[in-house]
Amino acid sequence: MTVNFEVNGIARSLTVDTRTTLLDALREHLQLTGTKKGCDHGQCGACTVIADGRRINACLSLAVMHEGRKVTTIEGLGTPDLLHPVQAAFIRHDGYQCGYCTPGQICSAIAVLQEIRAGIPSHATEDLMARPQATNMEMRERMSGNICRCGAYSNIAQAMAEVAGVKA
Amino acid sequence: MKPFTYERVATPAQAAAAVLRRPGAKFIAGGTNLLDLMKLQIEVPPHLVDVGRTGLDKIDPTPDGGLRIGALVTNTDLAADRRIRRDYGVLSRALVAGASGQLRNKATTAGNLLQRTRCPYFYDTNQPCNKRQPGTGCAGIGGVSRQLGVIGTSDACIATHPSDMAVAMRVLDAVVETIDAQGRTRAIPIAEFHRLPDNTPHIETSLTADELITGVKLPAPIGGTQMYRKVRDRASYAFALVSVAAIIQKDGTGRVAVGGIAPRPWRIEAAETELPLGAKAVTDRLLADAHPASDNAFKITLVERTLAAVVSKAKAA
Ligand SMILES: Cc1cc2nc3c(=O)[nH]c(=O)nc-3n(C[C@H](O)[C@H](O)[C@H](O)COP(=O)(O)OP(=O)(O)OC[C@H]3O[C@@H](n4cnc5c(N)ncnc54)[C@H](O)[C@@H]3O)c2cc1C
Ligand code: SF4
Ligand code: FES
Ligand code: FES
Repeated sequence: MTVNFEVNGIARSLTVDTRTTLLDALREHLQLTGTKKGCDHGQCGACTVIADGRRINACLSLAVMHEGRKVTTIEGLGTPDLLHPVQAAFIRHDGYQCGYCTPGQICSAIAVLQEIRAGIPSHATEDLMARPQATNMEMRERMSGNICRCGAYSNIAQAMAEVAGVKA
Repeated sequence: MKPFTYERVATPAQAAAAVLRRPGAKFIAGGTNLLDLMKLQIEVPPHLVDVGRTGLDKIDPTPDGGLRIGALVTNTDLAADRRIRRDYGVLSRALVAGASGQLRNKATTAGNLLQRTRCPYFYDTNQPCNKRQPGTGCAGIGGVSRQLGVIGTSDACIATHPSDMAVAMRVLDAVVETIDAQGRTRAIPIAEFHRLPDNTPHIETSLTADELITGVKLPAPIGGTQMYRKVRDRASYAFALVSVAAIIQKDGTGRVAVGGIAPRPWRIEAAETELPLGAKAVTDRLLADAHPASDNAFKITLVERTLAAVVSKAKAA
């Protein structure tokens, strides 16, 4: 089956088996191997990408479901010469060790900061009618879908706090 | 995954008709539960009907002062809707207590109601499981039952329904609206939506195979202090051991539904009349018919204590 979609601003047309996940389409068909496969079951967040402005697990989505839609991966956020501010902050704060979870963490972190700005509540939000703030508790709760086997969590939290302009 | 064909439809009626045409076909919405199970070959639909573009993604007011939530409204959008946050806080709270930010962005209202159990033996295809393969037996009974049910279960299956959202829907008396391939519509009270297992644990709801959920209706708001308290093995991104959805009014009366303990959100209206007497009185009545296993007997105490915490918080509010 064919699927036409936009990946990192470039129109792409692929012929795939219907079973191909968005994750496998990105990695195996488009050679965008920045997005990682950890669990392949929605449990780790390594495959997090931004689809139509929202972070999702690429392993639990079929490529063909993205017909006509837009996907942004870690490769589309910045380049080594022109880093996205969240990428730069991860480097400054050592927000990784082996780096395997990092592309997913960064895609998630960028989306988390947007979600807080958009007023989307989380489990850590005390007052549902007040605007959520980029506090440490809010960011940690919202990042719980990204597991880091190396345990870089506190440095990730610091990187995010710096970008959000708050204290970690 | 087993091979399957895939089709996209534009209207709810087309979706129902498309599923009826192909025996075994399934609707796919967010895909976060169905694809997970297809990868494990626990679900093996030969055909998928993608309902993602049928326009059922709006939340509209109803003439009686309530809201109709489209089947495809994502868990994120539902939790963030201003009317839901203001008038149905228990629903917003239950949604954000579930899964992760990524999953909630894809998970839909209908898909969440229809997600399947997290019984570890249902997932382990080497084990007998009446829900996965009718007639093979139940590895949960006599097995590690920490996550399994204590009430509403049967000799064939002791699994729980894992949804947080559904527990809030139950306490709010939501109504599930559907359409079938003939274009017939139905309104199913949430209390009658999920079935108890009895001898047929593989039949989980009152839906027919070609019946599409179009939306969920919430009655007019009833006010009160609305809370959802979820107890789990880690602070986030884990299914409930026990959860309590409660709406407590100023005079101490209210409603209570419990998650994590039964094949459906567990609510007994008669037990709620005990609310002014405290959590123990309610729990005694709510769980009078419980028959826990050794691994999950703690859930009875946990329900009482979680409810006690909720009631005292409501008093303080
Ligand atoms: C790691 C992980 C953790 C999770 N944690 C939690 C948690 O803590 N709490 C919680 O509540 N949930 C949790 N979930 C489950 C999640 O909430 C569900 O996967 C999600 O809600 C399913 O919605 P969906 O739209 O993706 O459904 P799909 O996967 O698309 O579909 C699920 C089922 O619903 C059917 N269906 C979909 N739409 C319709 C319709 N309109 N009419 C009729 N049938 C339909 C499909 O045929 C399928 O059988 C978790 C999931 C994962 C993977
Ligand atoms: S409890 Fe239900 S789901 Fe679990 S093994 Fe037994 S039959 Fe299967
Ligand atoms: S690979 Fe997708 S969540 Fe783990
Ligand atoms: S840096 Fe190694 S898994 Fe996160």
